Amino acid sequence: MARQVSRLELAAIAKAFGSTRALEDVSLSVAPGRIHALLGENGAGKSTLMQVIAGAERPDRGSMRLEGLPYDPVSPGQARERGVAIVHQELSICPQLNVRENVLLGAEPTRLGLVDARRARQRTERALRLLRGADRPLDPDTLVSELSPAEQQLVEIARALAHEAPKLLILDEPTSSLGGDDVERLFASLRALRDEGLAIIYISHFLEEVRRLADDFTVLRDGRAVLSGEVQASEDDDWIAAMVGENVTQGAASAVRTPGREALGCTGLVSASGLAGVDLSLAQGEVLGIAGLVGSGRTELLRALFGLEPFSAGQVRVRGQRVVPSPAAQLARGVGLLSEDRKSEGLALALSVADNLTLSKLTPFGRWGVVSPRRQRGVAAAWVDRLRIRCRDVSQPARELSGGNQQKVAIARLLHHDVEVLLLDEPTRGVDVSSRAEVHALIADLAARGKAVLMVSSSISELLETCDRIAVMRRGVLGAPRPAGELSEHGLLAEASGA
Amino acid sequence: MKAWLARPWFGPLVALVVVYLLFVWLSPDTFARSVNLSTMARQTVVVAIAAVGMTYVIIHGGIDLSVGSAVALTTVVIARVLERGSGPLVAVLAGVAVASLAGAINGLLVARLRITPFIVTLGTMGALRGAAKGLADEQKVDADPSGLDQLMSALSPSSPWLLPAGVWIALAVAGLAALALGYTVFGRHVVAIGSNVRTAELCGVPVARVTILVYALAGALAGLAGVMEFSTLTVGDPTDSIGLELAVIAAVVIGGGSLAGGQGSIAGAMVGAVLMTVIRTGCTHVGVPNWVQEILTGAIIVAAVGLERLRRRR
Repeated sequence: MARQVSRLELAAIAKAFGSTRALEDVSLSVAPGRIHALLGENGAGKSTLMQVIAGAERPDRGSMRLEGLPYDPVSPGQARERGVAIVHQELSICPQLNVRENVLLGAEPTRLGLVDARRARQRTERALRLLRGADRPLDPDTLVSELSPAEQQLVEIARALAHEAPKLLILDEPTSSLGGDDVERLFASLRALRDEGLAIIYISHFLEEVRRLADDFTVLRDGRAVLSGEVQASEDDDWIAAMVGENVTQGAASAVRTPGREALGCTGLVSASGLAGVDLSLAQGEVLGIAGLVGSGRTELLRALFGLEPFSAGQVRVRGQRVVPSPAAQLARGVGLLSEDRKSEGLALALSVADNLTLSKLTPFGRWGVVSPRRQRGVAAAWVDRLRIRCRDVSQPARELSGGNQQKVAIARLLHHDVEVLLLDEPTRGVDVSSRAEVHALIADLAARGKAVLMVSSSISELLETCDRIAVMRRGVLGAPRPAGELSEHGLLAEASGA
Repeated sequence: MKAWLARPWFGPLVALVVVYLLFVWLSPDTFARSVNLSTMARQTVVVAIAAVGMTYVIIHGGIDLSVGSAVALTTVVIARVLERGSGPLVAVLAGVAVASLAGAINGLLVARLRITPFIVTLGTMGALRGAAKGLADEQKVDADPSGLDQLMSALSPSSPWLLPAGVWIALAVAGLAALALGYTVFGRHVVAIGSNVRTAELCGVPVARVTILVYALAGALAGLAGVMEFSTLTVGDPTDSIGLELAVIAAVVIGGGSLAGGQGSIAGAMVGAVLMTVIRTGCTHVGVPNWVQEILTGAIIVAAVGLERLRRRR
């Protein structure tokens, strides 16, 4: 297909962080007036690539050209000046400001130190006009807190477009927090922008969205662009095969473990956080995996089971008894949660390894709730040895440990508490390869000793390697669990992403 | 040696020694005398006892602005009870009980209604002040101190106790509170909540209960500080101790307390309280006018926190 000069052209881009090679050799061409979807599993390098294009990271090798001219931004600001803007997954708007103030935030036109109201209005109107696909135009004077999530998303996009000449817009999973109607509204605006001649790079895990919206696609795997072409001329199966690659992980049926009675279960769990009637039964001595995209409700399910998030209907059972979950009560019943958010929830980073490890069960020394720091350190040191946590000593602040070792501290806390049911949310996120293998071995060992493990992971191959059964979560509904031996990465990914 | 250097109260302690030696050098005849030491110790007692409670509140991640009003209310309650002819012990218990109750209400509002501590205690600061004025009919309440004045009055030079009882009580309270902070489940939970409340919740720490207890403890200690204040004044005064909370917060902050929570120490707060007394007394001895003292104290607060930041950045 004959096209005019590429809007953005990447040639052999490579980027490494320490010993991890995030991008090996990525070449990519984005045409003006087209929506280009970027596909790939978690860790394939999509985010890093976007950071490079948006000027937040500089590539180690390779070159970029924007409209045929050399393009090598050293900062996001410089990228914006060249007309390249990125809209991140999380909304970053100020709810107490109105639409205009949000759109111009940080780039307010001024005269003699005062906001130049006329130019501000012109620029906002131009940016909002570009979004005219929205069924009702945004009023620049509305407070952003009064807008729907989709409209707030549009305000962010308008901010990205408020610069002199927008050329390329990057959207990172813009629909992950939007409902069905809102998605349609957003898509209408994006199509209108495309028809104006803007080039759009669109990252999504939802294959159906990509099929509806995008014109071209590129699949990234292990830091390489492995497949690209026109959306119309390819099948979902081709995409999934390219995302998963040759090394197809098949589930391993575990012969050692014999699941016992139900340890934890729930029926008809519904919550405002997105659960839409979840049934689940987790047996003693089994590892049950939950596959699903970010925002599918998998994290919310674990949190509801542990009592960190309320649910409006349904019931939770522990060992057959109906319970009202709260963190303290669930811990007392032997149910523990490993948070996916290690830095802001899983650990108190300023506290020592010993404090973090023993916080849920500070073994009182004698009566009156007196704690013996010596004994506390002794207990912690034993776990540090057992799990081979690398730290100077147990009084070192958790902040100073590597990600993998921090994660081991958080897991060690559950072991110290001697829980019977482990709810593990992304147990190996941000963990190096060797620690990852150790965590997997630990999970297998726990199940062999009769503990029940419910595990959420974005890595389907990890689930296939460690779980006995796997269920797929999609838009708040959990499918029936099936033996891992009968499942494949290809099939699970297709189910989770709705192909 | 290194462990000592890393302690949060080490910097303020150095500052205290330096400031003390400076005034000894400037005013050797009067400042260094033991009578003056005893006077300064007595003048620090009220702030010091209240600062023990405030240290818990600040480490927990909160703030308590109602301390000054609680102290004033306590003095009025004690005077009123004594006035009715009850014994000093009953009066003291009544005063401390009222202040503890006020603290527990602070805690309940913070923990259950999830109103920020600043707002809650700003409200109770006014309410307790009003209650004190109402109970006192808007004037000083005279009553026979029934021996309570002995807690804070200067001892005869021949006394074996060296310092008045109030000073020893303050030291004992500070020592116990420091031990409880470091070596009890309650104390560790306070630190954990201030450090990261989400982690504490995840670990099943009873956050609401600990919160209520912390503010009740701060109220009880404000009550005890009120007992010492009554001992000094020997009247119940509803307009007393206005702005005391700021001196108390300053003591905690000088001693390494962080308003973000999770950090602070009782020892540091005690050093902070003494440091402020030394500056005030020293300036008086040297003849520095009052307004210079105020500027100096303000500068010391900011400098102490700023230096601590710099020290940690390295």
